[in-house]
Amino acid sequence: MPETIQETLNTEALISCQNLTLGYEGKIVINDLSFIVNHGDYLCITGQNGSGKSTLMKTLLGLKTPMSGQIIWGNGIKATEIGYLPQQTQIQKDFPATVREVVYSGLINRTGLRPFYTIAEKAIAEKNMRKLGIGSLAGRCYRELSGGQQQRALLARALCATRKILLLDEPVAGLDPQATLELYTIIKTLNDEGITIIMISHDIDNSVSFASNVLDIGAQQSTDIMKQNKE
Amino acid sequence: MHEIIDKLVLYFQFPFVRYAMITGTLIALCSSLLGVTLVLKRFSFIGDGLSHVAFGAIAIATAMNLTNNLFLVLPVTIICAIILLCSGQNSKIKGDAALAMLSVGTLAIGYLILNVFSSSSNLAGDVCTTLFGSTSILTLSMTDVWLSGILSALVVVVFLVFYHKIFAITFDEDFMTATGVKSKAYNLILATTIAIVIVVAMNLVGALLISALVIFPALSAMRVFKSFRAVTICSVFVSVICAALGILISILAGTPVGSTIVAVDIAGFLLFSLVGKIISRG
Ligand SMILES: Nc1ncnc2c1ncn2[C@@H]1O[C@H](COP(=O)(O)OP(=O)(O)OP(=O)(O)O)[C@@H](O)[C@H]1O
Ligand SMILES: [Mg+2]
Repeated sequence: MPETIQETLNTEALISCQNLTLGYEGKIVINDLSFIVNHGDYLCITGQNGSGKSTLMKTLLGLKTPMSGQIIWGNGIKATEIGYLPQQTQIQKDFPATVREVVYSGLINRTGLRPFYTIAEKAIAEKNMRKLGIGSLAGRCYRELSGGQQQRALLARALCATRKILLLDEPVAGLDPQATLELYTIIKTLNDEGITIIMISHDIDNSVSFASNVLDIGAQQSTDIMKQNKE
Repeated sequence: MHEIIDKLVLYFQFPFVRYAMITGTLIALCSSLLGVTLVLKRFSFIGDGLSHVAFGAIAIATAMNLTNNLFLVLPVTIICAIILLCSGQNSKIKGDAALAMLSVGTLAIGYLILNVFSSSSNLAGDVCTTLFGSTSILTLSMTDVWLSGILSALVVVVFLVFYHKIFAITFDEDFMTATGVKSKAYNLILATTIAIVIVVAMNLVGALLISALVIFPALSAMRVFKSFRAVTICSVFVSVICAALGILISILAGTPVGSTIVAVDIAGFLLFSLVGKIISRG
């Protein structure tokens, strides 16, 4: 095992994780996981509830520190080029915000110290809202939307933030079948445009048909990567 | 009507009335700008909590026989506020509980220290002044007016420059961090601003009034408006108008200033709740 990792490290990987052990307060959730993600990959992470998929994603994003092991981001990618869709956000029930305000907040990693958004940046946000079919909801109050509509708004926000890589934690949860298919198509298009995708999904059928790689985090703490070469 | 105007003209010839008016409305402006974020981050009670921290610090200063306790009290209170506000969404003890713990804890310890070490005979009086503000809004000086002017200029500038970041931190801090924004730094800027405003304003107008000024305008605006921007703008107007009205009424009716402002804020809240109900129905 170590030899193969050493080998792959020499190539220009976007993210390489080495011997990651993740957990909470000494309780191990994922043990000794190693994998790499290359530019342009579409990696789908699957696994049972509680197997540690969200924990892994939060660790990749730097929201959590690993118990041991390390994550090396390849050069050529900045933290401000990442888009993220969380599984759940603890947004308060009474938060006053319109869909537009929420989606625009995805642009913040482009602004640096500039206090306002440029016209070009606003256009990106408007385009993403239309792409996800929430253009007509832009002025509506976020907390008064249905679960699926909220999910689309958060996804539009993630699209605003991304330029190189998009991490999605169960993006289709709560979407109707048609919206699910549309979403997969959008994600595939983004992937074809060169954006690397890391997506957590329980939807094995679809992930297998769209993804280039599948990472299965098994319950028995052994992990294996099934590489599918579709070309 | 004529009498009222005459009376107001007469009163406004006194500098302390003018000072109270200017300082009161300026502090109302600052606290309402920051109030929306505080209420949404579950820190509504921060004014009250910090006044207890200040009390604890004063107790320690008294026990140590410090002549000018402000040098201990200000930094301690500001540091406590920053720790509270920066602990973030993921801390084990959530905002309201952490605040309650700190507030009750410092009050008890402070009282204990005073009882054990203090030689002052007027213990109850000491406690009272530290909790409700050492100075009343009617005893302000020209320096205080300048202080509140500088303070509100600072707050308005910080708020305008960091408006979008403040929205994002309040809405979803994790997303900001994940997408490479230095949310910790922005949080620190926001927390420091809030801490300074609360602590300074607390000394000027008292803890009770500052708590009310943080909570009521934000809650009133949230009854009616649905976007962050509209809520922010509305709460500023509500806050300033209520403060000015409260001061005018207290002059005319001879009522205590702080509690009159709070009463006007409550009336405002009821009015906005009613309007909110009518809008959501119609
Ligand atoms: N904040 C936390 N503190 C302690 N333990 C946690 C915490 N969050 C998650 N866990 C534990 O870590 C394990 C993995 O959780 P995680 O959320 O990563 O699972 P998941 O694979 O994303 O599951 P799901 O499919 O339900 O989303 C679970 O056993 C959970 O109990
Ligand atoms: Mg999960």
